[in-house]
Amino acid sequence: MDWYPLFNSLRIAAISTVIVFFLGIACAHWLSRLPGLVKAALDVILTLPLVLPPTVVGWLLLLLLSPKRPLGSWVQRAFGVRLVMTWQSAIFATVVVAFPLMYRTARGAFESFDQDLANAGRTLGRSDTWVFWRVQMPCCKRGIIAGAVLAFARALGEYGATSMVAGYTPGRTATISTTVYQLWRTGDDAGALRWVLVNMAISAVFLFAIGLLERRREPCRCR
Amino acid sequence: MSLSVDIKKKLGNFQLQVQFETETERLALLGVSGCGKSVTLRCIAGIIKPDEGKIVLDGTILFDSVAKVNLPPQRRRVGYLFQQYALFPHMTAAQNIAAAVRERTKRKEIVNRLLRRFQLEQAAGLRPGQLSGGQQQRTALARILASEPKALLLDEPFSALDSFLKYQLETELLDTLDRFSGTVLWVSHDQGEVFRNCRRVCVIEGGRSGPLQSLRELFHAPNTETAARLSGCKNYADAVPKGDKVYLPEWNLTLNCGRPVPDGVRRMGVRAHFVTPAEGQEENTFSCLVLRAVEDVFNTIVLLRPEGAEQDAPLLRMELEKMAWRAIQPKERLLVSICPRDILLFER
Repeated sequence: MDWYPLFNSLRIAAISTVIVFFLGIACAHWLSRLPGLVKAALDVILTLPLVLPPTVVGWLLLLLLSPKRPLGSWVQRAFGVRLVMTWQSAIFATVVVAFPLMYRTARGAFESFDQDLANAGRTLGRSDTWVFWRVQMPCCKRGIIAGAVLAFARALGEYGATSMVAGYTPGRTATISTTVYQLWRTGDDAGALRWVLVNMAISAVFLFAIGLLERRREPCRCR
Repeated sequence: MSLSVDIKKKLGNFQLQVQFETETERLALLGVSGCGKSVTLRCIAGIIKPDEGKIVLDGTILFDSVAKVNLPPQRRRVGYLFQQYALFPHMTAAQNIAAAVRERTKRKEIVNRLLRRFQLEQAAGLRPGQLSGGQQQRTALARILASEPKALLLDEPFSALDSFLKYQLETELLDTLDRFSGTVLWVSHDQGEVFRNCRRVCVIEGGRSGPLQSLRELFHAPNTETAARLSGCKNYADAVPKGDKVYLPEWNLTLNCGRPVPDGVRRMGVRAHFVTPAEGQEENTFSCLVLRAVEDVFNTIVLLRPEGAEQDAPLLRMELEKMAWRAIQPKERLLVSICPRDILLFER
């Protein structure tokens, strides 16, 4: 059995989780300081990929990245890099699709954070940066980790946008989900079943991890 | 060493307008919950930005809307004791204190000194969730002192504690405050707490601050009904001025005040302790129906209805020592008297 799709899926999910982790936290933190109306509008835009069909996300990404479009063709001319139909292209798709999960959970964790802890840090002379990394982040740790795990699981299972942006090339862009589709299409039910089982096993492990994280309480709320 | 505050802040429908000035001393901000006491402290600490006004601490301008000065909380050097203490839940007591030390090289030394001073050596390695209420408060105080503040803001320092713990902690807190050389603002809604611990008081009512008063003034001549309520006065009635007397329509009584009653007076008040059983022909003696006597810990609270009072009139509350009440051999009716100087008068 060729394990490349597993390796490729894990690699794409891991890289996009790292990106989404920082991007989601930054957006959640930044948005919490904005005035109500701007916040509501941006919140809709940032959460949209969660409810849009992945094919819509894929189509929009192609509009941006395809070599026939301004940005894609400029990158190709300037750097000689193709933005679509490579394994890295899938990262664009998984980042966009997994981002809302990270952003939403981080925002939820930040909203339940007791602002007086931050105020205490500031009146004690500590910088806003110190307060954020040394007080707010540790207090919201479990929520943020749960968000990252969710984002990773979502990135791992991404199919629609990935297949449009990265396509299916065995040994190059194939992921678990695109492989299952390909095997089913070619009538290889036994092969498809193998990958289905692999996928289910990984997902079960992640859901179990999320359950463990959610069952424990945030240390900030134990008072 | 002084603090002067003159600020305005609009929060939704709530309008805060606070003005006071204090030398190095312990000043109480007294008010019912929701009156704007905490918002005032937050404005001073720099957590909330006032709409306009000026805050000056020891000659340093912390906030000035005209000169466009608004120091961040980090540079205000104002120690804030939060109601729930706001200890960092993921750090130990020692780490919490260390977080506030500005000079890195002296951190360990200062932390150890404060742990000793606040008897927290045993608790140094525990997290806030594992500390008792008293230890939490001591840790929060130690943490504030570690940041070397010029003023201390105490936001209802005992609201998070059980009452039996309060008294001992109050003594401890007083020791700490006596060693502190800056200004202390003590926010409270508890008149006893303020009476025991502060010499001067500023009553805040509906977002507006009153003049600074000595505790004596507040308890003997409160200038508003709210101030009187905050000082623990329990009996109030509508009043109509009549020369040196007031007529109380609800109780159908006329009481001598022993002083000219200003025309603007609309309400009167009398402390439950100053309503006393009449012995002879004292001033302001009248007959009451005894409705109920409730035993408190040391006192008996007697609810009376002056004869001739309307059915829905407020009851008159009398408090006296249990023995004194037993000595009276209470009957259905009782003659009580109120000394003219104990009648509080309020304009509206």
